[in-house]
Amino acid sequence: METIKLTIDNKEVEVEKGTTILNAAKKLGIDIPTLCYLHLDDLNIENKPGGCRICVAEIQGRRNLAPTCSTKCEDGMVVKTHTTRVLNARRTVMEFILSDHPKECLVCAKSGNCELQDMAHRLGIREIPGAEYAAVSTYKFDTSPSIKRNLDKCIMCRRCEMMCNEVQTVGALSAVNRGFMAAVAPAFEQNLEHSTCTYCGQCVAVCPTGALTEVDNTPDVLRALADPSKTVVVQTAPAVRAALGEAFGLEPGTLVTGKMVAALKALGFDYVFDTDFAADLTIMEEGTELLDRITRHLKGDKTARLPILTSCCPGWVNFFEEYFPDLKDVPSTAKSPQQMFGAIAKTYFADKIKIDRKDMVVVSIMPCLAKKYECQREEFSVDGNRDVDFSLSTRELAAFIKQANIDLHSLEDMDFDAPLGESTGAGVIFGTTGGVIEAACRTAYEIYTGKKLDRLDFTELRGFEGVRAATIDFDGLKLNIGIAHGLGNARKLLNDVRSGNSQFHAIEVMACPGGCIGGGGQPLHLGNSEILKARAAAIYNEDRKKPLRKSHENPFIIKLYEEFLEKPNSEKAHHLLHTRYFDKKKKIIVKQ
Amino acid sequence: MSSIKIELRQEDITKIREICDSFNKDPQELINILHSCQEHFGYLPAEVQEVISAETGVPVAKIYGVVTFYSFFTMTPKGKHPISICMGTACYVRGAEKVLDEFKKELGLQVGQTTKDGKFSLSSLRCVGACGLAPVVLIGDKTYGRVAPDDVKNILKEYE
Ligand code: SF4
Ligand code: SF4
Ligand code: SF4
Ligand code: FES
Ligand code: FES
Repeated sequence: METIKLTIDNKEVEVEKGTTILNAAKKLGIDIPTLCYLHLDDLNIENKPGGCRICVAEIQGRRNLAPTCSTKCEDGMVVKTHTTRVLNARRTVMEFILSDHPKECLVCAKSGNCELQDMAHRLGIREIPGAEYAAVSTYKFDTSPSIKRNLDKCIMCRRCEMMCNEVQTVGALSAVNRGFMAAVAPAFEQNLEHSTCTYCGQCVAVCPTGALTEVDNTPDVLRALADPSKTVVVQTAPAVRAALGEAFGLEPGTLVTGKMVAALKALGFDYVFDTDFAADLTIMEEGTELLDRITRHLKGDKTARLPILTSCCPGWVNFFEEYFPDLKDVPSTAKSPQQMFGAIAKTYFADKIKIDRKDMVVVSIMPCLAKKYECQREEFSVDGNRDVDFSLSTRELAAFIKQANIDLHSLEDMDFDAPLGESTGAGVIFGTTGGVIEAACRTAYEIYTGKKLDRLDFTELRGFEGVRAATIDFDGLKLNIGIAHGLGNARKLLNDVRSGNSQFHAIEVMACPGGCIGGGGQPLHLGNSEILKARAAAIYNEDRKKPLRKSHENPFIIKLYEEFLEKPNSEKAHHLLHTRYFDKKKKIIVKQ
Repeated sequence: MSSIKIELRQEDITKIREICDSFNKDPQELINILHSCQEHFGYLPAEVQEVISAETGVPVAKIYGVVTFYSFFTMTPKGKHPISICMGTACYVRGAEKVLDEFKKELGLQVGQTTKDGKFSLSSLRCVGACGLAPVVLIGDKTYGRVAPDDVKNILKEYE
């Protein structure tokens, strides 16, 4: 490793060659402000278009100020980060950005959590010279089932473009036009709904301003709660409990399961249930399908295609429908846990409590924005009545709790309601990359071999590598398992499947880096993998503490099959718990 | 879900594919591919960009980004009589901008647009190598030299 020495603000520092001034300064505890810059540490991806120039510093011997986020250190360099010239330049840049920005903080969805607002505060901006006269550029407003785009608030940092193109390889967004009309937009400036967007929400999760936000469904939920004729049922996804606390100032990785349940009860939900229960159900269906396909395949049945792909992530489903429709019979047909829950709640449970499905409102709390779109898919409705009526993100729930004057910290822990609140540790780990396939292995192993597993922690399936592979020994049958998180990584495995070079029997895919814990609806982590790791550790902790850790041992799951569904993959189970996929790829039509 | 219907004639699809093939479908060659396609079709409609995307694997949003970034690409078809005004240095100092403004006013067009009846379109050019005649206006194959704003009405009359 070649190192170089330089001086920043009169302090000497030694760094590896190739280090930026920004990072060298960090080593010295000098925190140069940045705006467009974003570092996804785990993926080793940096967004540094060098565009905003907030991060400038003076380099001795150079005429121009240099953006430190994209300028590399040189031996003997002398850098000053807070001279009068630098401070003035930084202020001018900020004033320039703000002069073309709506002054709407009071009513902006991002207020209090906005990097631009924070920067104005940090730089002590008290007025914007000429703001009264300057025209603020306006751009059409766009809303889709999951995401709102208000580009008047866009500062062209292009973080969203980087997420969508480099990390997710979806390519729905690109910088378009120039000058005053510049924007980040889908092709032909169509609305997101008409682009290849998967609604993964990763662009929303990195946007420093209120330009990209989730669609807020809290008002819909509030209305349902206020309607005495409705029974309102809520389900919470596993990843929510591992991140919700962050919105209330708790350390990342603090589990708030019991407090979250108490808060939902205080909000007035009639039944507080757990999506983890539906995750156990997913394992029963998906695991059975997996074993069935593998056994048929081994017997030489050509219709049994391998690998089987997990299907519980709606962002991922949108992705393969758009980019790999030729492989649409490869994923499992099992619905996502969110939708399995809705289907059971509005049939089995509605019957139990003797109400009509139309009088039941099912709400889901999800770490994810794609779930908002998923619950609106036509195939998940019965006569126009959705199985899941509304989906709120973790962020929306946090805001909702605050609006209702509930102090999360002082709530006593409460338990989920029965019966759709009972779950095993296998359901919990659905929230992190590797968790779905680990849960499936726990159940499939015991069903296939008829033996008891003596080791439940499949540590070989855990971790944060973007693409992972492991071989699990099912008593002689060696199963090759692949795991991908982030759609760019999924694309790599899918390309192998398409070309027939995949060695895997089963592949787990989650659209978001880190899995659901890093979902587009979670408190923002801005690429800090320590936060993701803490959330994952919290989830594995909850799993370890559960008395039951295998889906097929969930007593309520056993009862549900006895009373209602008969057996996994039965006709009834197929009708309620499985789905089909559509070819959404653009077609080139020959004009006659 | 993408909803653009891409409808093109077979011969056009074949032509775009040929152009992409001649650049080995290399995403690095996108600008050249777009140039060749614009040369052939006269402009770059959405459909053409979609086919280029399918051939090269470059997301169509990126292609649109490039098309809207460079002023020499256009998404509107040229008029029957494409009008180009030279904005090179020589023409500029001799008042090309006033001439351009006059064309804009007479036709009610901005640069890059085409009249509703498809008759005229307006664009600006870099030096066309006839600086001695500055300011220079081209309409189709015809060159007009030393054009003054007052001449614009009469020039347009020739095409009625
Ligand atoms: S995006 Fe940020 S700075 Fe802009 S109005 Fe919203 S809170 Fe204020
Ligand atoms: S939601 Fe995902 S796919 Fe859609 S624009 Fe954002 S990053 Fe791209
Ligand atoms: S929409 Fe947000 S993330 Fe994208 S360029 Fe604008 S400010 Fe940056
Ligand atoms: S943070 Fe360095 S240029 Fe924007
Ligand atoms: S500048 Fe117009 S022809 Fe040279």
